[in-house]
Parts: sequence; structure tokens; C-alpha cells
Amino acid sequence: MTSLSSSPDGLAGGAPSTRISWASRFQPASLLWLALAVILVVLVVAPISQLVITSFTHPETGAFTLQNYVEAYGRPRHVMALFNTLKMGAATVVLSLIFAVPVAWACARTDMPGRTFARLAMLGAFITPPYLGAVGWILLAGPNAGWINRMWVELTGATEPLVNIFSFWGIVLVMASNTFFLIFVFTTTAFEMINSEMEDAANILGAGTWKTAAKITFPLIMPAILGGALLTFLISIALFGVPALLSIPARYPVVVMQLSEFFGFPLQVEVAAAYSIPLLLITVALLGLQRLILSRRGYTAVSGKGGERRLVKLGKWRWPMFGYVLLVASVTLVLPFFVLILAAFSKVWTSGFALDNLTLRNFIYVLFEHSTSQKALIASVSLGAVAATVGILLALGVAYIVQRKLLPGAGVLAFLCLAPFVIPGIVLAIGFYAAYALPPVALYGTYTLLALAFITRFLPIAFSASAAGIRSIHPEMEEAVRSLGGGRLTAVRRVVAPLLQRTLAGGWLLIFVPAAQELSTAIFLVGPTTRVVSVVLLDMSEEGRLELLAALGTVLLVIIVAVVALGIRIMGRDFMLRREL
Amino acid sequence: MTDLTLRDLGRRFGSFEAVRDVNLELKSGEFVSLLGPSGCGKTTTLRMIAGFIEPTAGTIELGGKVIASPSASLPPEKRGMSMIFQSYAIWPNMTVFENVAFGLKLRKLGRDEVRKRVGEILEIVQLGELADRYPAELSGGQQQRVALARAVVIRPAVLLLDEPLSNLDANLREEMRFEIRRMHDELKITTVYVTHDQSEAMVTSDRIAVMNRGRIEQIDRPVDLYMRPRTRFVASFIGRTNFLEAKRDGDRLVFDGFSVPLAAVPGPLPNGGAVTVSVRPHALDLSAQRPAGGDRIVLEGRIARRAFLGDSWNYVFAPAGGAAALTVTAAPNKVLDDSAAAWLTIDPTQLVPIA
Repeated sequence: MTSLSSSPDGLAGGAPSTRISWASRFQPASLLWLALAVILVVLVVAPISQLVITSFTHPETGAFTLQNYVEAYGRPRHVMALFNTLKMGAATVVLSLIFAVPVAWACARTDMPGRTFARLAMLGAFITPPYLGAVGWILLAGPNAGWINRMWVELTGATEPLVNIFSFWGIVLVMASNTFFLIFVFTTTAFEMINSEMEDAANILGAGTWKTAAKITFPLIMPAILGGALLTFLISIALFGVPALLSIPARYPVVVMQLSEFFGFPLQVEVAAAYSIPLLLITVALLGLQRLILSRRGYTAVSGKGGERRLVKLGKWRWPMFGYVLLVASVTLVLPFFVLILAAFSKVWTSGFALDNLTLRNFIYVLFEHSTSQKALIASVSLGAVAATVGILLALGVAYIVQRKLLPGAGVLAFLCLAPFVIPGIVLAIGFYAAYALPPVALYGTYTLLALAFITRFLPIAFSASAAGIRSIHPEMEEAVRSLGGGRLTAVRRVVAPLLQRTLAGGWLLIFVPAAQELSTAIFLVGPTTRVVSVVLLDMSEEGRLELLAALGTVLLVIIVAVVALGIRIMGRDFMLRREL
Repeated sequence: MTDLTLRDLGRRFGSFEAVRDVNLELKSGEFVSLLGPSGCGKTTTLRMIAGFIEPTAGTIELGGKVIASPSASLPPEKRGMSMIFQSYAIWPNMTVFENVAFGLKLRKLGRDEVRKRVGEILEIVQLGELADRYPAELSGGQQQRVALARAVVIRPAVLLLDEPLSNLDANLREEMRFEIRRMHDELKITTVYVTHDQSEAMVTSDRIAVMNRGRIEQIDRPVDLYMRPRTRFVASFIGRTNFLEAKRDGDRLVFDGFSVPLAAVPGPLPNGGAVTVSVRPHALDLSAQRPAGGDRIVLEGRIARRAFLGDSWNYVFAPAGGAAALTVTAAPNKVLDDSAAAWLTIDPTQLVPIA
């Protein structure tokens, strides 16, 4: 395409005198549009429509039927799992709010000590995979062998455990430990947008501190909190890893576990598809609601960082506030991951910390000897890299066409890029399974299937990063190239791409970090020989080999932390702390 | 260097006609400004010439060849023009040298040739020493010069400038006007310059096309535009003016309070009985005593309002008998008291009938 766009011989009136030839008018952008449209149909349209079609298809005859829905929701146990899930999601939101809002306020608006530490700790709780957090908490608060309970029994001579992670609140705690970060980010951003002069204006009119907080500050951040809460709810009801480890021993059936049962023996893809549709509808409805809340006029006008932002002086409350941050950081990050890493270096994790219990054996085993873990590590990192690279390139193409209004119908492409946002990972996996796993495409058991699903899953992140990047480049930058005789592709290659480097690197990392640890999308798509780290970790927990699990998890953590550190290096501390969606 | 011709050029956006019936011929090496208020269609016209917008009516011809029509339009990169943008659009990822060399490299010129021509043009815009700087290290005026050098170094068939000085501060803007004109005198590139600033257009242009509501109202040399505006819009947009209403009566033009022979008024008169006449505040003369008559018109009245502007006095003269007041500009040393009686002298040759 390059050769078509930038041939220099058409310069200075080289066109035929009366008519302009098709070749010299040709714009490679139209071909690009077509290519992008085809790719997006494969990645987004086909899996989603297949999901819906499959849910209405009879497994044997292929005829239209409602039988799958009867099968899926005909039993009280299945319906209960749905209500359990909603209850769990609601509780997770409440706990996330308790964690996130005070810390966000302290970080953004007060002179609390250690604010950078607090932000990094919150970020740490977010980038660590929730299923590893769950394992950490099993080590801490398993009813019999958990450290806390054994200490409790030793100290008090009690016969009953103090805490039990295999419970409703256990599930909620581990969920919230990971998901509260979104509320934290939304709320922090909102707090930072509030100009102190807005509060001063209330003060000067006679409102006191509390009245100002209640009438001005709080209403201003309310939409952000609500938006974050809704996202938290949606993520927690679709999260697979935490229930997979905790909900069966807790005897608390939830939707994702029910789905995985339909995906077991006998395989009932059609019923799984039907069962997942309500989850999809709830997500669409709540995201619509979130958009509505966030886009209400007057609230979004919390822009304009113009005025100065004064920090609230906490005085004697400075250290108690920091204590609260420490508490949140301990519960969500430090405690579970400390014991996880300790277990990774232990011969027997229940023996606790002792010199003769230390070993590197677990690492050697998972890295070099275990049948699947090394391969899975490489697969996860490669899949993360592929998903990030392809996703960014694709999204960049679409974002460019949309932002520059190159072609009519570009809005449709943008919509398709953002559409996967409303599809829970596990539901997306069912769609991909229905569309591509079986003949004639027959991608089951290949890395290609995983790669396609991962690209789709993270396409919305890629799109918002790319669109923001392109929006920041003045169109005249490219028009200058064109007026000097360079085609659009020359402009993209020589000007747009170099200017986007940093933004794109940031977007790449934003995809790589979750993609390398992705579980929900992978769980139904991995084959016997194409496993990823997250799935191998789950396998190990089923086999009860927690030390090995901890070692492999630690390796994954090291990779993630290294990548995020690199991102912070390139993009600055807050690169993951800003949200556009 | 080639002639540029716009023929019945028009552009619609939905139901809005941004540009209509624009006819303009630029001779090779000519400098023409498109001048008008914001929203008058001047930038749309320029972007059609550049190729960023396709016309919905009419044609654009370059050197006798059609380069744009509603059915087909040559993309901008194949027109051999170059453009200077309002935002400069200097690429921040390239040095000054790389920015300027960009167009030459696209033309596959040899390395030495590129180096030589970039060097020459950077000398002309007085940026020779800054070739290795990045744009972020330059001042606004220097960035402007880079944009200028980058656009002219390729020796474009036509140079297009889109309000290039609007982001500069007042002093620099004045300096750059002369710079642009000097460059044009040196290189003789056919140039279309879009601006809303009349003095910018006056300083730089051979001819000015005044645009309003998508049409060209008048195309003329700067001095003719000022002295002989043909429409009410042009008369009031270029400088300030007074409008007087008159009626034709036989061979005389009758105003409120005085009349002049038709023959004394320059230019063709519009048909019909009613005539509007423009007379510049500078062309009117005020005095404290009744001046000697001659064939000039003298009106009696008083000073209704006055303001001292530093380099001139601004008087509002109210004729006796209640005719419409006139604005008069006078030298700083011509002091008349507020409300004082005064006499206004009008030279009939300064009365310009407008459409």
C-alpha cells in the first residue's frame, strides 16, 4: 500500500488535464477500512452473535429452541447461583467503598504522610492477580491450617477457627481486595479535579466546613464514586479466579462456577450460552446506567484544573489516617502476598518461617521440571505481548480513521472496538468457543484461539489509549506532510507514529499486565496442551500443591511487577492511575 | 510556477453553503489574500485549493489542468503545493533541519542537494544556527520561520498560508508581515494568504479578495479596496467609514442637507433612485470657522462627541438640521471643543457610491 500512496511523480500538476485518473485519486485508507472491518467482524461480531445464536440452538438438531434456557434456569439451584452472585457483587462493592473512598480522599486532599506509598500500595493490590490473593488468604485464613487460625488456637486453646476464608465474606474480602482500586482511581481523579475555589465560594457565602463537604465536595465526587462502584460490581460478578478457589468449599454457588459446570462433563455449550445471557444483559444495562450518571451535565464540568488545590490539614489525625491506609494495604496486598511468597520458599508451607524450612526447590521445579508450568509461563507472556501488540495496532487504525473522519461509517468500527467492554471475560470465552472451537474452524486446543479471545477482551483498553493519543496530535501535523507531497501513510509513519510512541507504550503495558494473568477468558478455551499460567495455577490448587503454586505465582508476580515498574519508568507514576473509560 | 484559477467554486456542508460562486485568477507569482471575518468561507476556500476539502461545485485549475472538481479531486500530496498552518504544525519529533528537509527527501533529492537547499533557506529565514534544535527549544517566532522555510524550500507551485500570524504577539506579527512579503519578493511564489486582519493583508498582498458569507465581495489592489470599496460590507470591513443615503434627482445627487452634481462623484452609479455613499473619516475636514467655499460642500453643525486616541482625534459631527451624524478623524493638533460649533468640508471626489 505504501507504494501507491507516496509516488512522487504526481507532483506539481502531473495529473491528466481533463480527468483525474483513478490511480492518482486512490486513497489507501479505504482498503484499510475494509481490512479493519473484516478483522472486527471476526473478533467481535462473530463471537457475540454466535453466543446468542447458540443459546437458541438445539444441541443435536440445530433447530431453534428455548430448551437451553429452560435447562439453564429450570432448576432452583441454578437460579440461586444467579442471586448469590448479585448478592456477592453488592457486598464486594460495599467493602470496596470502605477501602477506597477514605484512602482516595487522604491521597488527593490531605497532608497525610506517605501518600505516594499509599498510591503504590493501591496499585499493587490491583495489578496482582486476584486468584493469587485468594491463595494467600487460604494460607492465612484456611479454617484448619491457616496461619491466623493456628496462632489463634495456640494462643487461646480454642477449638474453633477464628476466621474462615471459605465463606461468603471471605470471597467478598478477596474480591474487594482487587476491585476496590477502580473506585480508588475514579474517586482520586474526581477529588483532584475539584478546585479549592469551588469550596471557597461556599465558605464565603457562609457555609462551614461540614456544610461545604456535604453540599459541594461530596456531590461533586458522587458520580465518580457511583461509576467506580458500578464497574466494581460488574467485574466482581464475572470474576472467575476467586470463586474457583473459594466458593466450592464455602458452599456458595455462583454463576461463573455454574458456567464452568456446564462446560465440564457432559459438555453443554448451548446451556452455558443461555445461562450467560442474563449476565451479559445486566452488564449492558449497568454500563448504560454508568454512562448516564457520568455524562450528566454539570458533573462532567468538574474539569479545569485551573485553580489551586489546597490540602486539608489533618493535624493530630495525620497518623491515624495513615494507619488506616496501612490497614487497607495489609489486608489487600501485604499480608496475602507475604505469606504467598514465604510459601514459595518453604518446603512445607504449614511449618511457617524457619531456616530449615527454606528451599529453592519449588522454583526449580516449576521453572524447569514441571510438565506444563514453564511452557505456560512462556505462553502467557507471549499471549500478553500478542494481545497488546495486535490490539494496539488494530485500535490505532480504527481510532485514526474515527478521529480524522476519514471515511463514513467509522463510528461503527469504534463501536465494535469498545463493545467487548460490556462482555464479561467468561461470557466472551463461551462466544469464542461457540464460534471457533469446533469444526469447520476447529481452533480448539490452539494458541490462536486464545490469542484471538485475548485481543478481543482487551480491545477497549487499546482503543481508548489510541484514541486519546491521536486526539492529542493536531491534524495540521499530518496535513503539513501531505501538503509537502507525502501520502497519508507517510504522515502516519513519519509523524503520527513517532509522536504516539509514549502513549502507545503505555497502552501496551495496560493490556499486557492483565492479559498475561488473564483467567476468566482462558478457562474455557485452553486445551490439554495449550495452558496458560493462570490455568496451571488453578490446576495446582486442585492438586493441593500450594508450595508449587506459590512459587509459580511468585514468578508471575515478578514479571508483572517488573513490567509495571518499566511502565512507571517510561510514563510516570500515574500511568495506570488514570482512567478514561 | 503556474496560474491558479478558481471557477465558480462552491462547497456545501449539508444544507450550509460555506463557499459559493468563487471566481479568482492568480497570475504566476502573484500574492493574493483572502480577507474576511471568521466564518466567511476563506479557510474553506484555501483548504479546497490545498486539497483537504473537495468542492461541491466548480473547478480548481492549476497551470490549465483541472485539479479539483465535484467529480474528482487530486489528493493534497499530488498537487505540488505547500501550506503554512495556523498551528505551524512543526513536527516536534524532528529537528529544524529534518523538518525543512522533509519535503525534499520525499522528492528523492540527493543528500548534498538537500543539505544545500535547506542551508540556503535557513539562511533566508535567519535560522542557520538553529538547524539542530528541536521545535520545543524554539520561540514562537522561530517556529513560524521554520514553517515558512519548510513550505518554500520545495519551491511549491502555490504557497498557501492559513492565518499564519494569528498565534504571534503583536510586535512579532508586524515584523513577520514584512518578512513574508520580503520572502515573496525574493522567491516569487504564487501565494494565497488567508487572514482576518486587514493590515496583514494590506502589507503582504498584490491583491486582496474580500470574502463575506461564502462569496467574494470584491477583488482589488489594497489601495483601490480602501479608496473605492464597491459594497457596503467592504467599505465597513476595510477601515472605518460613514454611510450617507442619497437620491438621484436629474443630474444631481441629493443628500440630507446638501447635493452634488453626479459628474463630481467618481465611479459608476448603481441604477435606481436611492444611492448609498461611503466617505472615510479621514477624507472629511473639520474647522472652527466657516471655511472659504469653492466647489467643496460645507456643512454647518457642532461637535456631538469627541475622543482623543493619541495619534488622532475622533470627532462625531452633528450637522445642523438633524441629518445623520458623521465620524471625522483629525490630526492631534486640530482641537475643537465638545459641543462647539463647527463646519465640515466634504470633497465630492471622496464620495464613493456603493452597491
